[in-house]
Amino acid sequence: MNQYPLWKYLLILVALILGLVYTLPNFYGESPAVQVQPLRSTLKADSALMGRVEAALKAANLNPQTVMLDATSVKARFNDTDSQIKAKDILQTQLGEDYVVALNLVSRSPQWLTGINALPMYLGLDLRGGVHFLLQVDMKAALDKAMESFSGDIRSTLREQNIAYAGVSRDGKLVTVKFRDAEARGKGEAELKQRFGGLAFNDKDEGSEYLLLATLKPTEEKRIQDSAVQQNLVTLRNRVNELGVAEPVIQQQGVDRIVVQLPGVQDTARAKDILGRTATLEVRLVDEEHHFVEGSAAPFGTEMFREKDGTPLLVKKSVLLTGERINDAQPGFDSRNNEPAVHINLDGVGARKFKEATRENVGKRMAIILFEKGKGEIVTAPVIREEIGGGRVQISGRMSTTEAQNTSLLLRAGALAAPMEIVEERTVGPSLGVDNITRGFHSTQIGFVAIAIFMIAYYLMFGIFSMLALGANLLLLVALLSMLQATLTLQGMAGIALTLGMAIDSNVLINERIRDELRSGNTPQASIHAGYEHAFGTILDSNITTLIAGIALFMFGSGPVRGFAVVLCLGILTSMFSAVLVSRAIVNLIYGRRVRLAKVSIG
Amino acid sequence: MEFFRIKHDIPFMSYGRLTTTISLVTFLFAVFFLATRGLNFGVDFTGGTVIEIHYAQPADLDKVRSQLGGIGLHDALVQNFGSSKDVLIQVPLKQIASGAKLSEQVFGTLHQQDASVEMRRVEFVGPQVGKELVENGTLALLLVSLGIVCYLWLRFEWKFGLAAIIANLHDVVIILGFFAFFQWEFSLSVLAALLAVLGYSVNESVVVFDRIRENFRKMRKTEVSEIIDNAITRTMSRTIITHACTQMMVTAMLLLGGETLHYFALALTIGILFSIYSSVLVASPILLWLGVSREDFIKPEKIEAEEVLP
Repeated sequence: MNQYPLWKYLLILVALILGLVYTLPNFYGESPAVQVQPLRSTLKADSALMGRVEAALKAANLNPQTVMLDATSVKARFNDTDSQIKAKDILQTQLGEDYVVALNLVSRSPQWLTGINALPMYLGLDLRGGVHFLLQVDMKAALDKAMESFSGDIRSTLREQNIAYAGVSRDGKLVTVKFRDAEARGKGEAELKQRFGGLAFNDKDEGSEYLLLATLKPTEEKRIQDSAVQQNLVTLRNRVNELGVAEPVIQQQGVDRIVVQLPGVQDTARAKDILGRTATLEVRLVDEEHHFVEGSAAPFGTEMFREKDGTPLLVKKSVLLTGERINDAQPGFDSRNNEPAVHINLDGVGARKFKEATRENVGKRMAIILFEKGKGEIVTAPVIREEIGGGRVQISGRMSTTEAQNTSLLLRAGALAAPMEIVEERTVGPSLGVDNITRGFHSTQIGFVAIAIFMIAYYLMFGIFSMLALGANLLLLVALLSMLQATLTLQGMAGIALTLGMAIDSNVLINERIRDELRSGNTPQASIHAGYEHAFGTILDSNITTLIAGIALFMFGSGPVRGFAVVLCLGILTSMFSAVLVSRAIVNLIYGRRVRLAKVSIG
Repeated sequence: MEFFRIKHDIPFMSYGRLTTTISLVTFLFAVFFLATRGLNFGVDFTGGTVIEIHYAQPADLDKVRSQLGGIGLHDALVQNFGSSKDVLIQVPLKQIASGAKLSEQVFGTLHQQDASVEMRRVEFVGPQVGKELVENGTLALLLVSLGIVCYLWLRFEWKFGLAAIIANLHDVVIILGFFAFFQWEFSLSVLAALLAVLGYSVNESVVVFDRIRENFRKMRKTEVSEIIDNAITRTMSRTIITHACTQMMVTAMLLLGGETLHYFALALTIGILFSIYSSVLVASPILLWLGVSREDFIKPEKIEAEEVLP
């Protein structure tokens, strides 16, 4: 009566072996490594790159344990962090700006395990140390910016088509075009409707003025918002690449938020500085006709910005060039006087615009203004000496080497479509991460041992069965977490401990039930059978209620809570399997064969 | 070994009045403290900045406070965290300094005074995010309660679902009452613990209810209250042992898990202790008062009316 068919034993055996294999990588630990990743999509991580890395390391007398090639990168593993850091510096200088060279930790597990995708559990930032940012994209600014450029385009379209208009003005998301007569308005409306499919146009008469009101269509508004987030994602990726982080996570969350996770980043200040710089760049002409008087408003058509030293400067409102036109920017030195400089490379449109602007304004000053959070600051305001063609621009004067470096990084990383603000930050130092792992591990260990002692003392042989089942549960849970590469957080470790503590419930239920049946005078075999049968319904019910809580936590939880929820849900599944099937299989193997079983050891 | 060799059923139901009074009083106390003291919400919910730093030698809190005062952070809360070398700085949300910059400013200032200081952890939560977390937390609590009621309704009967959820929400309110009374920090982890307790302690009621249902089928001639008494007595051993085991794990977490898990484990401990009590002595009396009966499970045989055939 207490016999499983062979296939059931085999199924359980296979599950346990798989569990063991996928748990294994967690025991090997990790080694310091250097990860080389190409920055541009035209470059590939291939054996040629691997050869270069190997040669460069050999030339520097560094002996990596192994050099590996995977889909996106080349990784070199080292014995100690000293040679890791040395290797990083060497590779960065040898490979140049086209590759990201980042410090990383790589599992020491043997090749055959990595080959079958058996990886150690993916540790969350609170366990490995690192930074987590949640950035909010300012959608209102994105729309304002889009409308501003629409109003400029409307103006130039009307001018090109020789349609007489009295003015174009923007108020928030509404652009108003004034016409002198209805006929011009009709012509203008037809022309504009044809050109700007994303805008909705309405007529309005106000006294003697014939107005045409343009607003964004809802679909266009959504498109602008989506592309703003997308552009910001790309920009952030570029900036993170500049930081040299292995395995960064940059993802959209919800409609207007972006999550950035940088594992292992120690210099959080620099990370925040570079990511948090919601900088856009504009090139404008300096207004030299007026002089700014402290305390008074800027004259019409100009704006006042301050230079780094606080000197006010009047700048014209019309923009010559924006940061989007910049292809590349590199720090360097001025060839004439060896001062630190930034070399900028503009795209085709930018080069043409810049050429025109410089030709018309030789001898005048232009200002490069950096906007951060809606506040502009003049980076530099050089004098235009001559017409600059070809799209190659050099900015120099009054900057240090670091400033040149930071400015070029900002220019290169491109402009953000809309400003962003950090709305959540969680930073965990590396030492705390290590402490958290030890703490989580110790508490689970001690708890497990305490339960084992108690269960075996109380239920004797059946206590041993229960603990074997609980061990199988832990094995399967860790294997499942490794297999799914679900992020393990400190709360997740607490979840492992808690699900183990809760999983024992199923075995207690079964054992109590068997005792109960024995007490009622049933034979041992019948009692074991009835015990498992009766307990199953109860086990199912109680686990499903916990599963409901787990799923709700997963749906509504964020960050740490989610990590806990994942473990809780998976733990319930593995505990049902191990408490019912695994423990039963052991009982069947040991007691099931004996036809005349007089006594079972259940305390 | 066996702890509970109980020969006769314990007449739990006849203590109904007493146990209900006890839980009602505890419940009212919890509500009272929640209303008067309120929860000490952590940075997750209120928004603000938490910075954990580590010194090589025991930290001088007054010095840290005066240094923070020097950069305008007079309302920062500075306290030891775990050991005398670890310091936790909490700064509430303010309009002036942007939160993201604040942590660097604080660390920079402290680092100037003592180069041995080490940054352990920074958490900054903006006001909007905090508000959302509160909303999502409340929603999760509602959804879990609703889900459990529905499941128990399907599996048993609506009376069981209602009795179980009243008993368990009573546990949740009492845990919250403890957090309000002692002004322990209520963080996201604690909320997770609260929901886990809700799911877990319903188990308790489910086990007892399962027995009640079984008894209804087996013990045909017995009074309802006696059926419940029997079910509770016979599952008591399991209840105590299971909870003891879970509590062993949680105690290990409470003692060894470090500060981050401290309140998480504490909430679980209170939840586990009270769920033993409430599943037995709150859920079952409610069930009795809701008028659970054999007919809820076993449909009475219909007596067919006599037919007159032509």
